[in-house]
Amino acid sequence: MKDVGMSTTVRISDDALALACGADAVAAAFEAAGCTVERVSSWGMHWLEPLAEIDGAGFGPLDVADVPAVLAGTSDKGIGPIADHPFIASQQRFTFARAGKTRPLSLEDYAAHGGWAGLARSREMGPEATIAEVMASGLRGRGGAGFPAAIKWTTVAKAPATPKYIVCNADEGDSGTFADRMVMEGDPFMLIEGMAIAAHAVGAAKGYVYIRSEYPHAIAKMQAAAQAARPHIAPFEVEVRVGAGAYVCGEETSLLNSLEGKRGEVRAKPPLPALEGLFGQPTVVNNVLTLAAVPWIMANGGAAYADVGFGRSKGTMPIQIAGNVKYGGLYEVGFGITLGELVEVVGGGTASGRPVRAVQVGGPLGAYHPPADFHLPFDYESFAAADGLIGHAGLTVFDDSVDMSAQARFAMQFCAAESCGKCTPCRLGSTRGVEVIDRIRARQGRSADAVESLPQIHNAKKRARGLADEIALLEDLCETMKFGSLCALGGFTPYPVLSALRRFPEDFGAVSADAEAAE
Amino acid sequence: MTEPAELDRILAAHAGREGSLLPILHDVQAVFGHVSEAAERAIAHALNLSRAEVHGVVSFYHDFRTAPEPRPVVKLCRAESCQARGVEALAARLRADGLVKVETVYCLGLCSVGPNAMVGDTLHARLTPEKLDVLVGGLA
Repeated sequence: MKDVGMSTTVRISDDALALACGADAVAAAFEAAGCTVERVSSWGMHWLEPLAEIDGAGFGPLDVADVPAVLAGTSDKGIGPIADHPFIASQQRFTFARAGKTRPLSLEDYAAHGGWAGLARSREMGPEATIAEVMASGLRGRGGAGFPAAIKWTTVAKAPATPKYIVCNADEGDSGTFADRMVMEGDPFMLIEGMAIAAHAVGAAKGYVYIRSEYPHAIAKMQAAAQAARPHIAPFEVEVRVGAGAYVCGEETSLLNSLEGKRGEVRAKPPLPALEGLFGQPTVVNNVLTLAAVPWIMANGGAAYADVGFGRSKGTMPIQIAGNVKYGGLYEVGFGITLGELVEVVGGGTASGRPVRAVQVGGPLGAYHPPADFHLPFDYESFAAADGLIGHAGLTVFDDSVDMSAQARFAMQFCAAESCGKCTPCRLGSTRGVEVIDRIRARQGRSADAVESLPQIHNAKKRARGLADEIALLEDLCETMKFGSLCALGGFTPYPVLSALRRFPEDFGAVSADAEAAE
Repeated sequence: MTEPAELDRILAAHAGREGSLLPILHDVQAVFGHVSEAAERAIAHALNLSRAEVHGVVSFYHDFRTAPEPRPVVKLCRAESCQARGVEALAARLRADGLVKVETVYCLGLCSVGPNAMVGDTLHARLTPEKLDVLVGGLA
């Protein structure tokens, strides 16, 4: 009979991704075998989930059938000490420092691993010095736009109107991103502490976390954490609100309308949300990762954060490696690592074993990059110079079976499905874009239609259109959407479309450079 | 509890809350499975809005239904990361039999272990045709 005092402690994540891979059944099997099971946050090595940790050593990916062998010491799924695994050891984890180590809803674990130190220091220093510290860190908005967080906070702090609000944008709708979800499910008190520091800095009494409805586990954890943290953050209060399946609500003004109980239509700027935001009041709207970086900065100093990074992109970025990739997961590292290193070395290439053909960086509104771009350092400016963006730092890897004209079509179709309808370039342009790409994909030109043939229509071509005309039309449409849309949905949809068209022309009917060279 | 009484209970629970329309609609859909025209009228009355304003919100968001869905709902992620891992073949398979209602969602945030689906609040990752058949078979 097993001695109770000798009971083995097994740590298994209760993150949504681990649950989706069957972590509950594995945890139950360890419990049935007499082990003490602790449910902790995820280390972020997703290909190994469900991952079990026993005395620091990892075993994964586990099935219920693997449990007896793990306990007998004969399992072939051991990966050795988790902290020494190359995927973990090569990271610089600031925001995810506690990942894998703490029970998400344990205030005791949070405090024991440095929690609340940032808020305590912020309260000692006072609001102005807090903003100065965030300014010194160089922290830029992690939602995609990269706007300096401290400048936004200064605007709200100086606004005369009261009350003021802190709104955390947790509407993480981009495919290929999951860092916000992992923060909320794995370390919810860190996000609440970050919001409390922001509230102290700008003089806000109420904060909202707007979480997408596709994240039921994150919603449950954040609701429990907001309740449990009340004594630590008072008089500040945090309330969780749930989205309703609209991608566009990740855009800050649309999110504010949704929080107010309206259709999630985008607002024209100005007025800036910092001055007239939620219910017309001064509002800090920051992404989860921005607010989650703040406790570390306040505890360790802005200069320590700014020491890491590349160019004007300071600090670390929790990069999300996803799609058809062998070693997918959460990889937090200082800016400046190259795209190729992330995909080929850290990610290990494709899961299918075929060559990488394209990597979409920054979600559905980010550009597709061929391996020729693998030298690019991961920072805001380098990707902008290469006609791309890093967005929320999600990488979606595709192998050589991908049809890039189909991906371009999907980008337009996605924009059409998710457009809020407020501005014309996005609402109509996306649908017209799908039609043009369909004609390009069919390799069919077309003759002038009934309306275009009317004598009153002077600006339409009367002659038949060829493939080159349709491609020129698509480029023209993308220009219109880029410069004429109110927000990033219509404005950035041209990034995936044009990058697919220009970097992978052979998928749009053009003769590839290789074929030309062979002739 | 009768439908109007249950609706009154939901409305009373949210009275005085800032921007309460979305939380009310979520509760109504959770209890009744959809947001009926009668519910829209009652909510509009309680919040001093026109029914057009309430209906505008209901119809804007993908989550809200105006009629009940009798079949079990499978939310299948068909965004880029799941596409890169072969979700389209699964989607074609699901459409063929029609035993369950397939709702497309854009991203469940499990992008490194797709293709993924959600039934209720339960997530399913690393789907294969075989795993999907078992999942759907257990629902229909």
